Amino acid sequence: MANTDIEQRKQELLNQGYTEVYTKTKVLTDAVLHYCPGCGHGTTHRLVAEVIDEMGIQDKTVGVSPVGCSVMAYNYFDVDFQEAAHGRAPALATAIKRLNPDCFVFTYQGDGDLAAIGTAETIHACNRGENITMIFVNNGIYGMTGGQMAPTTLVGMKSATTPYGRNVALNGYPLRITELLATLPGTYYVTRQSVQTPAAVRKAKAAIRKAFENQKLQKGVSFVEIVSNCNSGWKMTPVAANKWMEENMFPNYPIGDIKVDGKIAEGIDANRLVLSHPLTVVNK
Amino acid sequence: MAFKGQIVIDTERCKGCAVCLAACPMQVIELSKNVNGKGYNYTEVVNDKCIGCASCAMVCPDGVISVYKKQC
Ligand SMILES: Cc1ncc(C[n+]2csc(CCOP(=O)(O)OP(=O)(O)O)c2C)c(N)n1
Ligand code: SF4
Ligand code: SF4
Ligand code: SF4
Ligand SMILES: [Mg+2]
Repeated sequence: MANTDIEQRKQELLNQGYTEVYTKTKVLTDAVLHYCPGCGHGTTHRLVAEVIDEMGIQDKTVGVSPVGCSVMAYNYFDVDFQEAAHGRAPALATAIKRLNPDCFVFTYQGDGDLAAIGTAETIHACNRGENITMIFVNNGIYGMTGGQMAPTTLVGMKSATTPYGRNVALNGYPLRITELLATLPGTYYVTRQSVQTPAAVRKAKAAIRKAFENQKLQKGVSFVEIVSNCNSGWKMTPVAANKWMEENMFPNYPIGDIKVDGKIAEGIDANRLVLSHPLTVVNK
Repeated sequence: MAFKGQIVIDTERCKGCAVCLAACPMQVIELSKNVNGKGYNYTEVVNDKCIGCASCAMVCPDGVISVYKKQC
């Protein structure tokens, strides 16, 4: 359908007494996302844009995009944006927020960007308690560069650089950086969500909303991890990748709030934060 | 209260990922045998059971689906 046909069809439905339940937010541009079919980056973009739209903060939001598949996020959000060097988004966001304290500032980063090359910027921005929102898309792999192992790659998971599966003796342990960040005094809200089902999407959106609202409180970093898929890197169809994610990523990266309003969330065993949560070994 | 729904699909932007098919409780959506300009088998509506729940739109990474509903 051409664009005009779509608009015509929508108008027809309104004329027939239908009400609009959902349509793509205007905070996203009309540019076609370059992501692979079914990639969680697209859904996560949508949720961030919907939150900006619903809060009415489009003209005072500044995003910072990473290096990784979401490097061109600035093409898709109709808000001000800056592109950071690999891993440096939290440092850039720090400067933007300090110079424009009335703006809502967020970083959008992958696991290679945030938890590998950018570890120092991530930890120090969180420890300084910068008043920013950080969106962290963890797909357990370097998607953009062809599926190399990331710090978040699961034990046993095959990647371009771990063709026999990640081996702890050789490659070390998966890094649960989100739990680690929750132990820092500068983080105010730390949560882990996903976007593969309608219910998960609603929860993730509520978390992103809270993470943006928190900037009004000036109490530190609000950090939202989205456990996501990388169909291309994992070499699966999108639907199979989502199922694999639920079965293998979720046990290692449990979904839910970790820290709320500056306090470790109810039901989170303090041991999970300081000791090793039992890791499962996957076979893919 | 029952609702009748309608979805409008921007077929040229659809990437045929099928994530929406898995999310629809009424099996309203299928992938077409035809492809769009990008070569993807785009989605199409195959029956009139839509209830306007927007589950498909919630999970679509590309924001392809608009959802409408009215009481019936
Ligand atoms: C300084 C520097 N080092 C390395 C690279 C190569 N590089 C580009 S993206 C990337 C990793 C991206 O992985 P991630 O952050 O997980 O994003 P994803 O693509 O998975 O969303 C790397 C290592 C680079 N562009 N610049
Ligand atoms: S390579 Fe992976 S992360 Fe990148 S767009 Fe494709 S599916 Fe998404
Ligand atoms: S989820 Fe969106 S892009 Fe994927 S098949 Fe459905 S309509 Fe197309
Ligand atoms: S609105 Fe609900 S019932 Fe209608 S096609 Fe989408 S998921 Fe199916
Ligand atoms: Mg990644």
